[in-house]
Amino acid sequence: MSPASQRIAVEDDKNIVSNDALITFSKVGFDYELSRILDDVSFSVDRGEFVALVGPSGCGKSTILNLISGVLAPESGHISADGLVHHHERLGNVSYMQQKDLLLPWRNVAENSRLGLELRGISGADSRAEVEKLAESFGLADVLGSMPHELSGGMRQRVALLRAVLPDNPVLLLDEPFGALDAITRRSLQQWLLNVLDTSRKAVVLVTHDVEEAIHLADRILVMSTNPGQIIAEIRVELEPDTERNEISTSPQCVAMKSRILDLLDSQELAQ
Amino acid sequence: MTVFGILRARTMDWLPAVVTTVILIVLWEVLVDVLDVQRWLLPPPSVIFAEIFDSFGFLARQTGITAMEIVVGFAISVMLAVSLASGIVWSRSVERTIYPIIIASQTIPIITLAPLLIIWVGTDITSKVIVIVLFTFFPIVISLVSGLRSVDQEMVDMFRTLGASPWQTFSKLMIPSALPSFFAGLKVAAVVSVIGAVIGEWFGASAGLGWLMKIAGGQFQTARVFAAIVVLSFLAMVLFAAIVALEKWSLRKYPPTANRVIRLGES
Repeated sequence: MSPASQRIAVEDDKNIVSNDALITFSKVGFDYELSRILDDVSFSVDRGEFVALVGPSGCGKSTILNLISGVLAPESGHISADGLVHHHERLGNVSYMQQKDLLLPWRNVAENSRLGLELRGISGADSRAEVEKLAESFGLADVLGSMPHELSGGMRQRVALLRAVLPDNPVLLLDEPFGALDAITRRSLQQWLLNVLDTSRKAVVLVTHDVEEAIHLADRILVMSTNPGQIIAEIRVELEPDTERNEISTSPQCVAMKSRILDLLDSQELAQ
Repeated sequence: MTVFGILRARTMDWLPAVVTTVILIVLWEVLVDVLDVQRWLLPPPSVIFAEIFDSFGFLARQTGITAMEIVVGFAISVMLAVSLASGIVWSRSVERTIYPIIIASQTIPIITLAPLLIIWVGTDITSKVIVIVLFTFFPIVISLVSGLRSVDQEMVDMFRTLGASPWQTFSKLMIPSALPSFFAGLKVAAVVSVIGAVIGEWFGASAGLGWLMKIAGGQFQTARVFAAIVVLSFLAMVLFAAIVALEKWSLRKYPPTANRVIRLGES
């Protein structure tokens, strides 16, 4: 098969650092209570690029997001996101959607969505206008006055994502955003997420245990090992321009890539 | 459910308690009469209510004095408790310094401090207010600290990633999270504050319902003692109802699951 006809290229080169990087991780180590969670982790994410982190549970995927967002500080190594190198500076300047929706039960959808703007000191009227501008594309226009407990799980995740992206930071982190949802809702939200992010030119990092989700959404997949967490493979998901994203899961290349990633994950389970 | 059905359900919430109370009062009236109990030993309810009616003006004045002590004491107690609980949650060194002392202070029988307070600050309102504060700040501090601590670390991290300052996290996340348990503590304190006022007045006062009970008791005016008890419990109920109303208003936006009741006896 010639490279030109290959719709999906697979490569194993680790630690590729690009010049247009919005996020850089170089030789990062992190310990928690005497055990090594991350060891010598290096990667970078470009502007407009969507990177997925897959790996067994406990491999430190979520720790990487906590480090990029500034919630945690690294033990060793160097991290930069949007040019911010100190973890205190990154807090508030990196959009981070956690696994749980973490909506405040006493605030309605609009009030939950504008929390990040409110904390930045943006006035109520201005932040409400910002919420209303995006509510339509998030499918939330009709429920802005609803309370979180009145919404379905999928709707709550949309509110959580809207809250994360409203401060409009160039870096967006997603930790298993659809993990708690049923398969059908997850599928439609994945497609919707791609549409929402289509023109945003953000650097996106997605943590997931769902290999198919990673292939469906990401430009590049980083496969991680556990004990300690390291990046063991980098797989580029390259599509020809006319390929629809929703077709890829049935294409032979995708099936091959999926089994390759699963093999990588399985080999670690056996090694333990 | 129809409107009639809802009304009936609402009525059924309080009707059983009212009916039981009425039955007990009637039983008391009848038994005192049938068993020919002396009036000074146990007056029947009719005599107690007659006493309230006859000395209404006098009772009202004493009630006003006791109510004033309760309101001032309760307000000071809430302010003190809120500052202590905030300090405990805010800083570990404040917690280590103050929290053990607060808990140890509750092992002192507060009632034994009342005579000392009379010696130190006299028989005016100050000594009663101090006794009320000593009685009521503890349940408020404990409930508020546990409410403020009930916040998930994930929620706090979410606030941090949105760039919240410690004060913003405290005021916009921790305080709203703590409100339900804060009100639970306030309700306990409301009932206890009435006890504090009466005890304060027993040990040295020249007015108030506690003082009235002590004088009337010494003169075997048992009906008057009962009248004071009825008014005191009425005071406690009013304070309690005011706090419940404030709670309902403050928590009006909270999800109904916060008030869901699990009834193991009715499955």
